[in-house]
Amino acid sequence: MTISAGIDMGTQRVKVVIIKDEQVLSQTQNFLGFEPTKAVEQAFEEALQKAKLSHEDIQHVTATGAGVEMVSFADSTVSMMGADARAGACFFSSARTVIDVGAEEARAVKCDERGAMLDFVVNARCAAGAGTFIEAMSRALEVELEDMGSLSLKAERASPINASCVIFAESDVVSLIHRDEPKTEIARAIFDAMAERVSSMVYRLGINPDIVLVGGVAKDVGFVASLKRRLGTELLIPEEPLFAGAVGAALIAGKRAARRQQ
Amino acid sequence: MQVITYYGYQDGSGEYYIVIDAEKCNSCGDCTKACPQDALKMETMLIDLEDKLVAAVTEEHRKKIRYTCSPCKPESGQVPCVQACGQEAISCVWNPLNQK
Amino acid sequence: MESREKTEYWRWGEYQRVMPSRDLNNSEIITAGVDVGSVGSKAVIMTDGKVHAWSVMRTGSNSSDSAKKALGWAMEDTGLTLKDFNYIVGTGYGRVNVPMANRAITEIACHAKGANYIWGPSVRTVLDVGGQDVKAIRCDQKGKVVSFLMNDKCAAGTGRGMEVIADLLKIPIEEVGKVSLSVTEEPKPVSSTCVVFAKTEAVGLLRKGWSKEKVLAAYMRAMSIRMSELIEKVGCEKDFVITGGQSKNIGIVQRVENILGIKSLPTPNVKETGRDPVAAGAIGAALYAKALYEKSSKR
Repeated sequence: MTISAGIDMGTQRVKVVIIKDEQVLSQTQNFLGFEPTKAVEQAFEEALQKAKLSHEDIQHVTATGAGVEMVSFADSTVSMMGADARAGACFFSSARTVIDVGAEEARAVKCDERGAMLDFVVNARCAAGAGTFIEAMSRALEVELEDMGSLSLKAERASPINASCVIFAESDVVSLIHRDEPKTEIARAIFDAMAERVSSMVYRLGINPDIVLVGGVAKDVGFVASLKRRLGTELLIPEEPLFAGAVGAALIAGKRAARRQQ
Repeated sequence: MQVITYYGYQDGSGEYYIVIDAEKCNSCGDCTKACPQDALKMETMLIDLEDKLVAAVTEEHRKKIRYTCSPCKPESGQVPCVQACGQEAISCVWNPLNQK
Repeated sequence: MESREKTEYWRWGEYQRVMPSRDLNNSEIITAGVDVGSVGSKAVIMTDGKVHAWSVMRTGSNSSDSAKKALGWAMEDTGLTLKDFNYIVGTGYGRVNVPMANRAITEIACHAKGANYIWGPSVRTVLDVGGQDVKAIRCDQKGKVVSFLMNDKCAAGTGRGMEVIADLLKIPIEEVGKVSLSVTEEPKPVSSTCVVFAKTEAVGLLRKGWSKEKVLAAYMRAMSIRMSELIEKVGCEKDFVITGGQSKNIGIVQRVENILGIKSLPTPNVKETGRDPVAAGAIGAALYAKALYEKSSKR
């Protein structure tokens, strides 16, 4: 029996998961704000409290994510791709592709039945390929972020917008609104553009079903609809897609703890 | 003598271009047929006051060339359009920044 | 959401000019070039290959209307009618929608030709920093294009990208250049060239206590690096010139010159000579119009 923790230090939020063998004991998340190291410590403390454990009870902590160097108390690290693959296979035994769309980065990972990462494609350092795009557009449209998805589902067509860059898209949205373009169609255009980008990453790996979708954006019905349409396949989405990275890291931490016990 | 056009872009994730030399191009169109994404077309270009039919990346694909070309695995250095050209008029610049 | 009308900082204004010294009666060939860009439309009227009148305005929602408006405005106070033109060339993004054009030519050729007219046969490298695109052009002494690269996919290095930081720091765009140069020591550039992420970095730097000018300098340095990388792709050879709306941003100009290790040629006196860098594409188009007309009349 091993008790381990996984910490996914994203660009916007930190996610912490504590597991015993393969069972989740607790999970927490925290926005990083301007003091990320404090945010991660707080999230970890909260997760320990929820699980009624102390720091010493955790046999191994593995960190992942863009800000992985900031998790000073981690015993080891794992790449985001590795964590995604491991989590995908754990959530769904049929998973062979994991798509992770975060706030600033999107990844497509090919994995085998054991959750080992075989290949990957990353879209990083460009806001147009990740969750930031949706956030920026929700502000430009003056719509709540949570409502963007359902808004887009009402559209029959997608507005013509320059979706290659968030900044250009914002300008386009302003002039389109002045011309009474329906917000539903603008929202649809944004999700279609993101879906096109994400699915191109998947094509690069080859379509290997079953395809699992994780990350903060996976809960957005608009994005999911556009992506399904674009890929032409079903998507498997776990109940808590935001925690996939942390779950994957925790599972890997558990394996590493077990190896050290031997 | 060269008349080179870089079709593509550079953004935070790296730089990606299909580069076509209109002087070397002999208008054969083989590259347009070799592209599995239909991203290449023949276009009229005015060179030295004469119209010449040369290969070009379609408007639709210029701003997403990374995603268009990705399935052909340009990092391997072997892409169908470049291999199809007998004049060495077309080449590919593919420099994604390092990923974690 | 702030009103866009108030913050259209990077749009340098619309205008029309007529050269006082040009005489229509003694002119043999009257041509026009109309450059319909995604952001700006420019029309240039030439008599015997010299600038006679021109207009610079914003492109509206319809390319065809913008083309007509731009040329119509350029014609104001010239006494010209459409019938007087021997040849008209359309260029730019909307070149296929210039209804009065005899033909269209890509901006690739027209920009190089225009730069050659404005700065003379010594110009070899042009950096054009527009509102929503950046172009890097190599040309020869005759203004024939040697290499052309246009980046309109990413806001980094464009006028729109500069507007984002001007908005954030509440500094008018006409002053960002000067303000950025008032730092005592040039800071490291922001680590991200993506405007969205660079803006987040800038906010973080302000919170750390950085002054506005230091944040501006760090941002501009990153944008200048991006522009320089595009120039280095086509190769930088002297003489080097910077055109487009951002050419008036001394913060960018000095940094790009510093990174590339080359000084740019100064802008000629636009009012006296009609050599307006903003209208380089339309000038090139009007020159091609003259050349094509001459070629067709030889037959």
